[in-house]
Amino acid sequence: MTARQSPPQRPLTARIRPEHEPFGLADYERHGGFQGLRAALKMGPQDVTGLVKSAGLRGRGGAGFPTGVKWGLVPMGPDAPKQKYIVANGDEMEPGTFKDRLLLEGDPLQFIEGMIIGGYAIGASIGYVFLRAEYVLAAERLKAAIAECHARKLLGRNILGSGFDFDLYLHTSAGRYICGEETALLNSLEGKRAVPRSKPPFPATAGLFGKPTVVNNIETLCNVPHIVHYGADWYAELSSGTTGSKDGGTKLYGASGKVKHPGCWELPMGTTVREIVDDHAGGMREGLKLRGFLPGGASTDFLTAEHLDVPMDYEHIAQAGSRMGTGLLIVLDDRTPLMAMLRNLETFFARESCGWCTPCRDGLPWTERILADFEAGRARASDIELLRQQTRLLGPGRTFCPHAPGAMEPLQSALKYFPDDFSAAVGRDGAGG
Amino acid sequence: MLSADEIREIDAELAHYEQAQAATIEALKIVQKHRGWVSDEAVADIAEKLGTSPATVDAVATFYNLIYRKPVGRHVIHVCDSVSCWIMGQPRLTELLRTQLGIDYGQTTADGRFTLLPICCLGTCDRAPALMIDKDTHRDLESVDAERLGVILERYP
Repeated sequence: MTARQSPPQRPLTARIRPEHEPFGLADYERHGGFQGLRAALKMGPQDVTGLVKSAGLRGRGGAGFPTGVKWGLVPMGPDAPKQKYIVANGDEMEPGTFKDRLLLEGDPLQFIEGMIIGGYAIGASIGYVFLRAEYVLAAERLKAAIAECHARKLLGRNILGSGFDFDLYLHTSAGRYICGEETALLNSLEGKRAVPRSKPPFPATAGLFGKPTVVNNIETLCNVPHIVHYGADWYAELSSGTTGSKDGGTKLYGASGKVKHPGCWELPMGTTVREIVDDHAGGMREGLKLRGFLPGGASTDFLTAEHLDVPMDYEHIAQAGSRMGTGLLIVLDDRTPLMAMLRNLETFFARESCGWCTPCRDGLPWTERILADFEAGRARASDIELLRQQTRLLGPGRTFCPHAPGAMEPLQSALKYFPDDFSAAVGRDGAGG
Repeated sequence: MLSADEIREIDAELAHYEQAQAATIEALKIVQKHRGWVSDEAVADIAEKLGTSPATVDAVATFYNLIYRKPVGRHVIHVCDSVSCWIMGQPRLTELLRTQLGIDYGQTTADGRFTLLPICCLGTCDRAPALMIDKDTHRDLESVDAERLGVILERYP
């Protein structure tokens, strides 16, 4: 029997050791593991959902949808479909994002515990982890942790004598960024091309194999055991008591690009960009200035040095004109050529389009070619307007899914904040006009 | 024809899903693990095993960039060319590889040792630029030179 642990300030990473070698089950339990699950199994499923709702947990995969609300959309009770599913989205491929890797490699049992609780809350007897193929170490550690849980009856039939059955399977993917979109992910899990589905119906009513399904991000699920164990008030207080943010809990933030010490850190929700860049990433490398940053991955709008004091939470980043996304910053310094960076971003989005709808399939390669002209200094003045037009024609509502609108976010914000870079790149080789 | 090992491994995956087609990607990955790539014949065999058509299996096989429908080298090098690695010097890294191996993306060295491919963000952006060779991730390659790269490549005969 272990003494009750004092509530942690950094719950998600509290058990992650410096070399990221994960705890086995016994050590995990000694450090407070499976307390959340034990508490959840004594509650009614809908009470677990209610608790997650009142904690204010929002999806950490990018869209920020309230997790408890998502769970609450699943049909419950005697008339609900017998088979339901919970799926973990571990297809971490948003450029600049490396948080779920840390959570899965460093503490796979925490994730599994969150997954079992999620399954219990929505009445799902089967869970799948959809993991990107390249996370080889995470896959190994997950497999070992799943086996250990089976051996100790934390997975399988009648978990901890509660009468709740839950099996968890690992599916490793075969590539393609679009698999991160939740309905594309479900098609992929069904062994099909990862093309997004039309909504409605939403996965909560008709998801995997047509059954009610919840898809949650890895980091999102890792929050759940702590919320159940320590309560909604404690969770909200993690941020409201420090940064004053309305969004509860902590968040894995990070920074990449030419900062002194790139990395990933668990901090209270609402930590400012300046604190992340200066205190945690050590500031910019010698001789470089921060010119802008993508707050939460390649598909989020640029913000600039003027936005350094913006708190990183859903509301404030949206007010500043961008999106929280995955919460890991990609920093643009004053020596990295912006036109080439944009060309790199749009090459990525063009390559990763699933090809289903025309604006995305044809519009992204077109955008990429125009930006290649800017990069090479052979663009025409009229191409600036053409790019602006692309950001509208590939924007929200014009395409089947959010892939192309996401691709337009860095471009439209670059046109807004850095117009001189575009004009300066026009017609240097005499082809302008 | 699928080997006994391949069939056994595919059957294990089939048990995880309520529909056989769901095991398509696993089946393709199992065959590729054993043979290095997925031939037309293997596509047809997988289709038969899963009770679907070769066209359905091929539609899936050709969608995913980590399923190889052409033979590849003994080792596949995937260079992350997404934005964080790009900022940290991926173009230089790719150039070094091109020079050292004498091949471009999508090509295989004449001795059948290496295939070079780009890949999207490997999720290790704090230690960029990075690449994968087979299942190994190599990080912190910002200041890599031909000599150090050679030492890495030597581990893959």
